[in-house]
Amino acid sequence: MTLVDFLFFVEVLVGGFLTGIMYALVAIGLVLIFKASSIFNFAQGALVLFGALTFVLLTEVAGDFWAWTGWLAVGLAAAAGIIFLLGRMNLDTTKAKKFSEKYVLKLPLYITAVLLVVLALFVDGGQNMWRGVFVTLLIFLMLTTAVKSPKWAMGVLLGLAVVSFLGDGVVTYRALAVSLVIVIGLAIAIERIVLRPMVNQEPIILFMATIGLNYVIEGIAQGVWDADVHALDIGIEDIPFEVYGVYVSQFDLFAGLIAAILVTALAIFFQKTRVGRALRAVADDHQAALSVGIPLKNIWVVVWAAAGIVALVAGLMWGSKLGVQFSISLLAFKALPVIIIGGFTSIPGAIVGGLIVGATEKLFEVFVGIPFFGGGTENWTPYMLGMFFLMFRPQGLFGEKIIERV
Amino acid sequence: MDTATTTDVQTYETERVREFTNFILEVEGIFVSFGGVKALQDVSFTVYEGEIFSIIGPNGAGKTSMLNVISGFYKANAGRITYQGNDRTKASPEQVARMGFARTFQNIALFKGMSTLDNIMTGRIVRVKNNFLKEAFYFPAQPQEDAQREYVEQIIDFLEIQSIRKTPVGKLPYGLQKRVELGRALAMEPKILLLDEPMAGMNLEEKEDMARFVLDVNDEFGTTVVLIEHDMGVVMDISDHVVVLDHGERIAHGVPDDVRTNKDVIRAYLGEH
Amino acid sequence: MFYREVGQYKSSYRADQAIFPITNDRIGVMLILIVAFVVPPLSGNQYIMGPILTQLLVFGLAALGLNLLTGYAGQVSLGSGGFMAVGAFGCYNLVLRLPEIPIFIDFILAGLMAAAVGILFGIPSLRIKGFYLAVATLASQFFLLWIFDHVGWFTNYDPAGVASAPTTTLFGSLAEEGGVLGFLAPINVLVSGPNATPEAKYILTLSVVVVLALLAKNLVRGMTGRAWMAIRDFDIAAEIIGIRPLRTKLLAFAISSFYCGVAGALYVFTYVGNADTEAFDLIRSFTILFMIIIGGLGSIMGSFLGAAFIVLLPPFLNILASHFGEGTLSGATLANLELIIFGGSIVFILAVEPQGIARMWQIAKEKLRQWPFPY
Repeated sequence: MTLVDFLFFVEVLVGGFLTGIMYALVAIGLVLIFKASSIFNFAQGALVLFGALTFVLLTEVAGDFWAWTGWLAVGLAAAAGIIFLLGRMNLDTTKAKKFSEKYVLKLPLYITAVLLVVLALFVDGGQNMWRGVFVTLLIFLMLTTAVKSPKWAMGVLLGLAVVSFLGDGVVTYRALAVSLVIVIGLAIAIERIVLRPMVNQEPIILFMATIGLNYVIEGIAQGVWDADVHALDIGIEDIPFEVYGVYVSQFDLFAGLIAAILVTALAIFFQKTRVGRALRAVADDHQAALSVGIPLKNIWVVVWAAAGIVALVAGLMWGSKLGVQFSISLLAFKALPVIIIGGFTSIPGAIVGGLIVGATEKLFEVFVGIPFFGGGTENWTPYMLGMFFLMFRPQGLFGEKIIERV
Repeated sequence: MDTATTTDVQTYETERVREFTNFILEVEGIFVSFGGVKALQDVSFTVYEGEIFSIIGPNGAGKTSMLNVISGFYKANAGRITYQGNDRTKASPEQVARMGFARTFQNIALFKGMSTLDNIMTGRIVRVKNNFLKEAFYFPAQPQEDAQREYVEQIIDFLEIQSIRKTPVGKLPYGLQKRVELGRALAMEPKILLLDEPMAGMNLEEKEDMARFVLDVNDEFGTTVVLIEHDMGVVMDISDHVVVLDHGERIAHGVPDDVRTNKDVIRAYLGEH
Repeated sequence: MFYREVGQYKSSYRADQAIFPITNDRIGVMLILIVAFVVPPLSGNQYIMGPILTQLLVFGLAALGLNLLTGYAGQVSLGSGGFMAVGAFGCYNLVLRLPEIPIFIDFILAGLMAAAVGILFGIPSLRIKGFYLAVATLASQFFLLWIFDHVGWFTNYDPAGVASAPTTTLFGSLAEEGGVLGFLAPINVLVSGPNATPEAKYILTLSVVVVLALLAKNLVRGMTGRAWMAIRDFDIAAEIIGIRPLRTKLLAFAISSFYCGVAGALYVFTYVGNADTEAFDLIRSFTILFMIIIGGLGSIMGSFLGAAFIVLLPPFLNILASHFGEGTLSGATLANLELIIFGGSIVFILAVEPQGIARMWQIAKEKLRQWPFPY
């Protein structure tokens, strides 16, 4: 092997590793949810797409979109406030609580849900007014399902209004803030509306439910926004630079950095905080965790919110690499073999699995696929590799050994 | 082995002492460990053909592990299991089943999506010689299927569960589920029936019913019964021989009356005092 | 009132095990079958026979195949599209290269090829369970389609990678005038290719599907089915009562793939008339999985009910849309709406009645049995 060959090999390998890091970004979301609720969340890919689409379109929309969003948010917040106050005037606090739960949260919830369907049906993108209404209602719907507190709903809605009216100068940050709220809200809403009622079902049933969910989210995302490819610029140019004769993509390196930060943050969060400790207890045994007083439902909310954030980050990274388009949701298919190899419950496993998958598929494609089979092997190599791992280590590299009992 | 002890006490006068001649199952020096945990250490005992044999001991004594080793679900790290004079230590659960072992589980292991009848019918799978092609065309497989059904109906009569024949087992109360599970094991026409705590969680009446079924199976079909029980009362009444385990080790082996008065056994059950 | 089993006594175990133990059911099913065979050809409506009924039958058959594997044997597969592709391209090559063989034997051979591939990809099921297995089956989906895309031989080196069904007769070329089986020539009808009548295609599809459905029903009510369900419900217990796990699971994979393979062959020959790999992509696999979830896991009839739901939904939405307001819904919106309704109904059915439409139908029958008196 000559030096040039070797350098080329290293280049492909490094490229593969960096792509693998990008896969790991998606896989981390899967691992988080699996850890907390033993659900294999197939809809994570759709969540990634949804996050990226929301962000990119919020940066693209014209002025009257924000005006609509702002005024509607003010209106909803005012309505929530009035009904809340009306409830308060009864003076009996439990009554007030019930009243506000009934009228502030439940009723608008159903109206909003119906409105959302109607909007998704008849808005073919491009109309800023409807999009503004949609975004606001979506946030409202998620708030009402997720936080169940009128005070919170009012706060966030007013925040949204403020951001809508005042954020003109900082378009990107405004879009980022709002899409963060939306994605977190969507993730929590999924947990509340879809998965919590199914909590005692078999894992495989839950898995199939998330496949259904995947379709719903994709449909909504594309129905309300559009199915075009949108360019997303996060300010990092994809210019390769040279290290000892090996070309490395600057963008991919940046992605690796982001992934490292994300993983460190998550690791600190789960190792050092109370919630993190509770999560590890939940991951071990739901019932035991419940019996020592860990609020399982709150843990789920936290985890889904975290998965939403991770999805948005992954969406931004992939969106700026490939452009925001439907195929982003297919990344879930790359994330599956990643966590199979790394182990379903391990975040470091997701990273290592991502590295292995990225490196294998790139090396195989460049040195075997293209020269001998006309390419296109990247689709199945990760799965074959995953299957191979499963045969010999069903729990993955970082998973715990499964002991069967009768 | 402990043949000396057992022959000694066979002359002992009680109602339940019966004469046995052939060993059907010999367990010698079984060791099992999971990681660092030693579940079984050098456990040996012998089971006579046609007897009711009990494995007893406090919680965590290794009783279920022992049964899992016998039914091939756990692999012993060392030791030997001889069945009818042949070494079968390395047999898989499915091979063990085909040799003539049937078992029930401590936590009921029925097929929840199927009816009582179908559950018991699954026990006949080892006895059927149809292949899937015959079954797909229905008529070639039918004589066999009818014969199996007839046998299963006999078991259903024997266990007095006619009325729940078509009920999905998931809907049955606990005691009946245990009975169906016994039915499934009996449908295999086993030579040895392994029962893992058949009376756990039952009320007195159900316990008596179950004890009666076990005795009847042993009497009518001559099936050897190996059963695990936590509670000493019933066991001592119906068993011919007993082995007592504690912390994975054998502490006694013999006829019930001997075991009952054994100092080690009393200590294991009552604590170190 | 009309639907009663009172007074219908069984005097043999065989009668008790019958597919439809209740006389009313038996008559109903017979009627439906007669109607299915007679009415559509007589009506001569090509749209009903082709895109609607043939499609329903083809996907119903594929769903039935997957249901044997997933609903009965409990092994989730996301690779049914790949197995359909094996059957489709296998049958295409058989007809192309060996025109002497009667088409229905080609179907069987194509099914057997799919079964062989199915066994190969079923081997991991010994060690892998549940959704881990589902993920592993994706390997077969991606790998098989890649092979068909990259090896030109399978599509006879068609530049677009499309396998177009050649003109085919029921008994093959040997049964043509002057052939060895020339005496069959008068009934040797065209069943595929551009000149075949929709009636011939429809009747052939229906016959194949009815026969295979009957065989499947026999399998699942016999010991094979019980062994599958035992593995599904409690694999350890199944092993301890003497069921051989590997053999039972591989048999399920083989038979399931056989059905999917035949469905793929029918797709090319009697339904669309041609196929490229895109017809059997991952979306197809998911759609088939949805059919059995919606229709009912572990139910033969459910497979067809689910297929009917999914096949009939798009035309139904179209009709609805055209009635509601011309032009308000673009094609893209309609497609998205379809996605939402598909996904929504999956989630809804899993949350409300995980056993699908078949179970709802059963509950309805229970109610009907007692109607009008609730005791």
